[in-house]
Amino acid sequence: MMRHLLSAGDLSRDEALLVLDTAAEMARVAAAPVKKLPTLRGRTVVNLFFEDSTRTRTSFELAAKRLSADVINFSAKGSAVSKGEGLKDTALTLEAMGADAVVIRHAMSGAPHRLAGWVRGSVVNAGDGTHEHPTQALLDAFTMRSRLGRLEGLQVTLVGDILHSRVARSNVLLLRTLGAEVTLVAPPTLIPVGVEDWPAQVSYDFDRVLPKSDVVMMLRVQRERMGAVYFPSVREYSRRYGLDAARMAMLPPESVVMHPGPMNRGMEIAAEVADSPRSTIVEQVTNGVSVRMAVLYLLLGGAMGGASE
Amino acid sequence: MSNWLLRNVTILGAAPTDLHLADGVIAEVGRGLATGGAQVFDAAGLVALPGLVDLHTHLREPGREDAETVASGTLAAALGGFTAVHAMANTDPAADTAGVVEQVWRLGRDAGHCDVFPVGAVTVRRRGEQLAELGAMADSAARVRVFSDDGHCVDDAVLMRRALEYVKAFDGVVAQHAQEPRLTHAAQMNEGVVSARLGLTGWPAVAEESVIARDCLLAGHVGSRLHVCHVSTAGSVEILRWAKAKGIRVTAEVTPHHLLLTDDLVTGYDPVYKVNPPLRTAGDVAALRAALADGTIDAVATDHAPHSLEDKETEWGAAAFGMLGLETALGVVAEAMVSTGLLDWAGVADRMAVRPARIGRLDGQGGPLEPGAPANVVLLDPAATVTVDPGSLASRSRNTPYAGMTLPTRVVATFLRGRPTVLDGKPAESGGPGGGR
Repeated sequence: MMRHLLSAGDLSRDEALLVLDTAAEMARVAAAPVKKLPTLRGRTVVNLFFEDSTRTRTSFELAAKRLSADVINFSAKGSAVSKGEGLKDTALTLEAMGADAVVIRHAMSGAPHRLAGWVRGSVVNAGDGTHEHPTQALLDAFTMRSRLGRLEGLQVTLVGDILHSRVARSNVLLLRTLGAEVTLVAPPTLIPVGVEDWPAQVSYDFDRVLPKSDVVMMLRVQRERMGAVYFPSVREYSRRYGLDAARMAMLPPESVVMHPGPMNRGMEIAAEVADSPRSTIVEQVTNGVSVRMAVLYLLLGGAMGGASE
Repeated sequence: MSNWLLRNVTILGAAPTDLHLADGVIAEVGRGLATGGAQVFDAAGLVALPGLVDLHTHLREPGREDAETVASGTLAAALGGFTAVHAMANTDPAADTAGVVEQVWRLGRDAGHCDVFPVGAVTVRRRGEQLAELGAMADSAARVRVFSDDGHCVDDAVLMRRALEYVKAFDGVVAQHAQEPRLTHAAQMNEGVVSARLGLTGWPAVAEESVIARDCLLAGHVGSRLHVCHVSTAGSVEILRWAKAKGIRVTAEVTPHHLLLTDDLVTGYDPVYKVNPPLRTAGDVAALRAALADGTIDAVATDHAPHSLEDKETEWGAAAFGMLGLETALGVVAEAMVSTGLLDWAGVADRMAVRPARIGRLDGQGGPLEPGAPANVVLLDPAATVTVDPGSLASRSRNTPYAGMTLPTRVVATFLRGRPTVLDGKPAESGGPGGGR
């Protein structure tokens, strides 16, 4: 295992499968009456969140606590720390406190890479700007595998704001490593220039992709994109790229619908879809804790730990 | 007055000869010159070029003396083989009045390491709203001929047209930082496969090319001189080639870093590679090299942009744009252009001294190395190499992208009007005022 988890693309197939298999073990712990392992007793995990994200922070916090680590939540948002020297000084502070792992969420792409150069502990990227969110991709893969029994050869369709989505970037890289085939669906304005280099197909036509999708993952459309000329109106976006009951009916029978949350119900996903049996949205949250336990375990204490970057 | 005899020097690739510098001018050129009272410098194996002229230098004074001063920046220039630099106008306060340009010019004269020609801002406070007093700067002691809002694009077409027209009165030139602002809102790096992967907001080539195209058409329409700063894309080269073929009076510069470095260096998010315009692709680098070789791009200009450590030791998105260039320019050009056979030393002299001096309308800079000409000379060792050590740079800042890189050629000595500013690759002891122009 690597020292840091910065990009889903850094994981080899074996490493990714090890995380998923370890997460399956962790899931058994979560199902037990006493949901706690002593594995990381005496180790310190810092949640360093420069951006609000209650669900991701809570998920990491619970994961670390279930492994008996000491957890510090360091919310940098709103404090004097907002940019620049702040990150380095924060890194030095965490270093001085003896953080074994730093889980960082940051609005700027690449901030975890910078942090990894300034601390001795492991750095886990919990979402950096419009770059990556590797633990989200891992929990998504875990969810697909547990629902559909395999990843190899799965047809996975990601729909929405690919341009700004860290979830999309991490999923494309990880799913490729694990043998799934990814199709990106979005209005052309929300597909990045340079996408031709990605191991994924691109389509502007959701309806044509639906019948061959084993998985449809809907991405959140950020408020700030609406009204920034990426698409004419919320209604038009929803009509062309939203997943409603009629579109859901076009999916093969076993297919599942995913969403990393938080959802804009009625925009990219209709309520009846989000709440349908095909939806894995709640499972994704549960699996998130198991996957993050596995990542922390493997980076910090696990049998595979100790190797350098 | 200094009096130097450079023995057995190679001038622009010709057979070795002697070069006698006396009373600030080149006194004699020829083999076996009598020593007379001159200090003799054994220049066997060394190449002499006219002192280099930089069209694009950020000296940061006044305003950011923590990053660079006129004195430290011009010393870096001398060590890089320059005898003249154009100091960009984006100081604080901006160089938009005769007072500020005269201050910068005087600081340069007092430091004495090389001539400093201030660039005047095109618009008041470089805000792109109203013309600065261009005539006052032209008439000042600083004798400004190059005007630029560099860092900002003069994107208003009417304002650009008026600026182009207005500077004709004193044979000035507008040096445009070509960047369409709406297309580059919050842009962080070249838009392409690397930006898509890294999730950094793209700076598309078209944002540069569209402004260059417009400005060429404007310059042609009003018959004015246009200079394009730091050309960075293959498409820009095509537009320039077209414009020159049409007879439009446009000149262009390319930075050393755009001749050597590509956007895949951004992969580790180290802001030392963050620069504006951004590092582009290998295809762009090849096109820029070819354009410099065939003269479509007239000059190499460093865009030397010192930044303090705290402005670079940050997240990529929070870091300042810019990289050092003066002390490594010649080595990078040697690597990109000479080692590849694209330019010989005469070509380097043309692109780094002769043409930049002509574009800036500088008298006494840019050669030729002939009797009677001002003795602005750089001696370089083409057989030597230099490994770049940020800690040993004369610049106050350390943001060089070439740290640890070994580059061909070494600047051995620089003479400013016959007086050595650099000897044996180190600052010459004499120092003192250079007398200005």
